[in-house]
Amino acid sequence: MEPTRGFTGRARAADRDPRLPPGQYDAADGWPVLSAEVTPSLTAADWTFRVDGLVTTPHTWTWDEAHTLPASEYRGDIHCVTSWSKFGVRFGGASLDAFLAAAGPRPEATHVVAYSHTGYTTNLPLSDVTGGKAWIVWEYGDGPLPPEHGGPARLIVPHLYFWKSAKWIAGLRLLDHEEPGFWEQNGYHHRGNPWREERYSGD
Amino acid sequence: MAGTFVPPTRFAVPGRIAVSNRAASEWQRATVVDVRRDNTAGTVSTFRLKVPGWQGHLPGQHLMLRLTAPDGYVAQRHYSIASPPEEGGEIELTLDHVPGGEVSGHLHTVARVGDVVEVRGPLSGFFAWPGDRPALLLGAGSGVVPLMSMLRHWRGAGCPVPLRLLVSARTREDLIYADEYGDETTVVLTRTQGRLSAEHLAPFLGPAQPEGGWEAYICGSNGFAEHASRLLVAGGQPVDRIRIERFG
Repeated sequence: MEPTRGFTGRARAADRDPRLPPGQYDAADGWPVLSAEVTPSLTAADWTFRVDGLVTTPHTWTWDEAHTLPASEYRGDIHCVTSWSKFGVRFGGASLDAFLAAAGPRPEATHVVAYSHTGYTTNLPLSDVTGGKAWIVWEYGDGPLPPEHGGPARLIVPHLYFWKSAKWIAGLRLLDHEEPGFWEQNGYHHRGNPWREERYSGD
Repeated sequence: MAGTFVPPTRFAVPGRIAVSNRAASEWQRATVVDVRRDNTAGTVSTFRLKVPGWQGHLPGQHLMLRLTAPDGYVAQRHYSIASPPEEGGEIELTLDHVPGGEVSGHLHTVARVGDVVEVRGPLSGFFAWPGDRPALLLGAGSGVVPLMSMLRHWRGAGCPVPLRLLVSARTREDLIYADEYGDETTVVLTRTQGRLSAEHLAPFLGPAQPEGGWEAYICGSNGFAEHASRLLVAGGQPVDRIRIERFG
């Protein structure tokens, strides 16, 4: 693209923070809320998380049961497709590996649909949520995860754009094929790797 | 899609709205053909762009706008489309002048008629309103922008379904598109009248609502979106008939 007349950019390419994927800006202290639906009135007592589909043992965890799993945290950066990134955040909860180990994925399982208590869905390859790459979290910083950011508990898959990190997570269904979720049906990319700028279908 | 998993809840993509994915992935040249102020405070302006390859949009959709520096550095942001679909290859964006804003700041202080920027879109059908169902629109500040696209479409295309707009602004000077509102619009000036309340919504909810009920669209800051969506739910509006676009 030809340069835009008069545009120099606030952040020069030369001193651009290497943590910033292409096309992103640093939201600094801000944490924009982006959800298309009404924030649900969901308490910890009402929250459940289920893993089913192509597993040997479908299982549903209550809040207290989920908290008996080994504590695990993510410290690092997050990236939203709307072009903000946020550095050095902390989420606390349990690794998704712990939930999956209890349910026992069958060998033919290749993909998952993550779904929320609101009905929101998003699709992911199973390999993107296993091996220490995804968490179910109920803490942000030192406190509980705020409701508008998905509290009491959400999925986080921080190596992908954040629409994959379903708020108010209700469950994961394991499938042997890919099944586009809410934004994927609305023109977003099926995978969403921020370093490859996989924003929209066709990117 | 046989066997598609449906979660045990109601919220879903509106299946009746088809969105072109091809347009979303292509950057197109857009020429600035007009710039005008849209509130008396002078903090909001509309940029009219000529986009020869524009495929058309639905009211409520947004686009991504990109600026490129001489060394290849790019900055891009999402903006709602303010104009209705009826204007062919020209579209309008209405932007707050965000102090220090990298993209909005450039557009407000540097850009002029004849400049070329890049856009891709339209994007996302979720917040779109094709004009086929009664629409109850709630906007605050620049959150009124995608709702204005709906209002203009409703008027211009003569949509047969009812449409009502409640727009909230701090003061009359901050109000965007002040000259364009008619009987369909309720203006709430928060500095003098307080924030949007259940009383403002009461005339539209309950027995007075149109056949089939409203499709509700909320756009504004997250604080406004949370407040307005709670009021709607408390007033009986089904949660799966509320669509929200949150501005940062």
